[in-house]
Amino acid sequence: MLSIHNLSASIENKKILDGISFNFVPGKVYAIMGPNGSGKSTLAGALMGNPQTKILRGSKILLNGKNVTNLSPEKRAKLGIFLSFQSPLALPGVSVKDLLRIALEKKMDPMTIHKTVKAYAAELHIKDELLQRSLNDGFSGGEKKKLEALQAAILTPTVAIFDELDTGVDVDALRTISTFLKKKLPKDSILIFITHSTRLLSSIKPHEVLIIRDGRLVKTGKGALAKKIEEHGFTAIK
Amino acid sequence: MSKIKKDNVDLGDYKYGFSMPERSVRKTKTGLDAGVVSEISGIKKEPEWMLDFRLRSYEIFKSKPMPNWGADLSGIDFDAITYYLKATDKQSRSWEDLPQEIKDTYDRIGVPEAEKKFLAGVSAQYESEVVYESVNRELDRLGVIFCDMDTALVKYPELVKEYFGTLIPPQDNKFAALNSSVWSGGSFVYVPKGVEVKLPLQAYFRINAEAFGQFERTLIIADEGSYVHYIEGCTAPIYTTNSLHSAVVEIFVKKNARVRYTTVQNWSKNIYNLVTKRARAEENATMEWIDCNIGSGVTMKYPAVYLAGRGARGEVLSIAYAGAGQHQDAGAKMIHLAPDTTSRIVSKSISKDGGRTSYRGLIHIGSGAKNASSSVVCDALLLDEHSRSDTYPTMNIREESATIEHEATVEKIGEEKLFYLMSRGITKGDAEGLLVNGFIDPVVKEIPLEYSIELNRLINHEMQGSVG
Repeated sequence: MLSIHNLSASIENKKILDGISFNFVPGKVYAIMGPNGSGKSTLAGALMGNPQTKILRGSKILLNGKNVTNLSPEKRAKLGIFLSFQSPLALPGVSVKDLLRIALEKKMDPMTIHKTVKAYAAELHIKDELLQRSLNDGFSGGEKKKLEALQAAILTPTVAIFDELDTGVDVDALRTISTFLKKKLPKDSILIFITHSTRLLSSIKPHEVLIIRDGRLVKTGKGALAKKIEEHGFTAIK
Repeated sequence: MSKIKKDNVDLGDYKYGFSMPERSVRKTKTGLDAGVVSEISGIKKEPEWMLDFRLRSYEIFKSKPMPNWGADLSGIDFDAITYYLKATDKQSRSWEDLPQEIKDTYDRIGVPEAEKKFLAGVSAQYESEVVYESVNRELDRLGVIFCDMDTALVKYPELVKEYFGTLIPPQDNKFAALNSSVWSGGSFVYVPKGVEVKLPLQAYFRINAEAFGQFERTLIIADEGSYVHYIEGCTAPIYTTNSLHSAVVEIFVKKNARVRYTTVQNWSKNIYNLVTKRARAEENATMEWIDCNIGSGVTMKYPAVYLAGRGARGEVLSIAYAGAGQHQDAGAKMIHLAPDTTSRIVSKSISKDGGRTSYRGLIHIGSGAKNASSSVVCDALLLDEHSRSDTYPTMNIREESATIEHEATVEKIGEEKLFYLMSRGITKGDAEGLLVNGFIDPVVKEIPLEYSIELNRLINHEMQGSVG
């Protein structure tokens, strides 16, 4: 279980998150929604340990009872937290295989990494050539997100957070990615999809929808809540 | 009062920093005068013309001021250095025959192992003299000559006299003059017409003694249509006093020939590395310098190619890494003297922990060098705010038909990229290493696998800043 208690965070001394508390349960799919600038990405950053996000006093993040509030990103990753970036930066000279070889050192041998990456890429319709190239360097929006999904699958996280998986991705690619993730990610992992549009929801079918506004968790509900947003917008949420 | 400046940089855990007890069968007194120059020539039983050349060079050395346009050289005390030191009486053709401590040194550096695996010939210089030399029989049969410079002077005097000091005369600069007066060791390579040497030749340079100067002299002649790849590696122990390495390398690339010269310089940080390297490429010849400077406290080195024949091609691919207390002042010179000549410079530099890198480059296109083209890319990567990188490009273009491209970038390793990699479970040190290796990848690709692995390992090691 991933529990957040009274989570407040600031970026450059500006308070963005204001006292969010919630328990994420294994095996469930969550959608975190909210208008632009409501603090969704900051929440993702706070969970992953983005150094630019300052977690304020009194906040607590627990993963299966372990306090991870002040851990470095790589320690959190080793405990099973994964973040798919909204707009992952280009890494000149570093291919996805180079990255995974280091990330999975001592866990998976290079040959197995190679084979798994190849197989997953085929399922995601990623061109072979992209696997050799500098990661995200000149990749299209869809290609970037496919590579994020590929990394998620091979790193087998217990908590996987997808920040704006749908931006810059066409309908077909989005379907490919969500089908792939459902199939590959462990059944008991916690999946958190951050989005400001409802486009993604039909394919991921969240168990629970969380609405964030002005850095606060203002409402939670089932799929019907998302439907209401689709029809009436965030302003309708009280 | 000791005139030797203390080296107060943190030397970390430089793998080759060990030293063996100094051994010498012959050693000149500390400091330099005409008597020492004559003594070196006498030990080597040289012909008169070489002694004259040395003495003339010594006068030029004395008359030239210290260069003050580049790195800080104030820590060099010419009076505190030993200029010639012979560690063993005979040169060996098998590793087993070497004196124990010299053999141990090369075992620890891994040279005999490399020889077995992938080299066509090896030369190992310890202090002033080449102590080991071997070349495979196939090369002998093809007429390839690979021996130390002193032997070449005895065995091939005409060939040496024709080329020696003609591309880099002693007047060229103070350190070329110094080398010309006290040179010892280095390699002589001659590749006959049409012969392609498939495996690389390697020279290994080791300084063991303290407050010592190593002045090897290398001359490579690649006759028409031939090919050779020459690799050099350098290491030294860590001492608190400074040593000086000042080499001269002259390369003649004849019509349609190709020479590739790769350096993996990993001197300890108490070494001043001041080297003059120049090649002359004739019609349709190709000269490639691949120059990696990881070690040394101060390096000043600007490999040059004189593109003298129509269609000649020159390339310098370089990597410079400067950590705490290091200044890598490196670059390249391309002198276009004939039509249709092309040159390419790719320089990648990394500065960390207050280290400083400078790119100093010259593109000269002489009048008459019609349709010459040159491309320069120099990229600098800064790992923190205390580190520094500068570029000093010079262009002399005397020909309107020339095509010149120049591109320079300075990049900081962003926190965001590090966060991305760390979010995959990669430590900060590994993430920096990955990004730095990615940054130098375009140059590393050009280096033989065995060396590129070593280079990546070295860089990663420097990134960790702790015992690996």
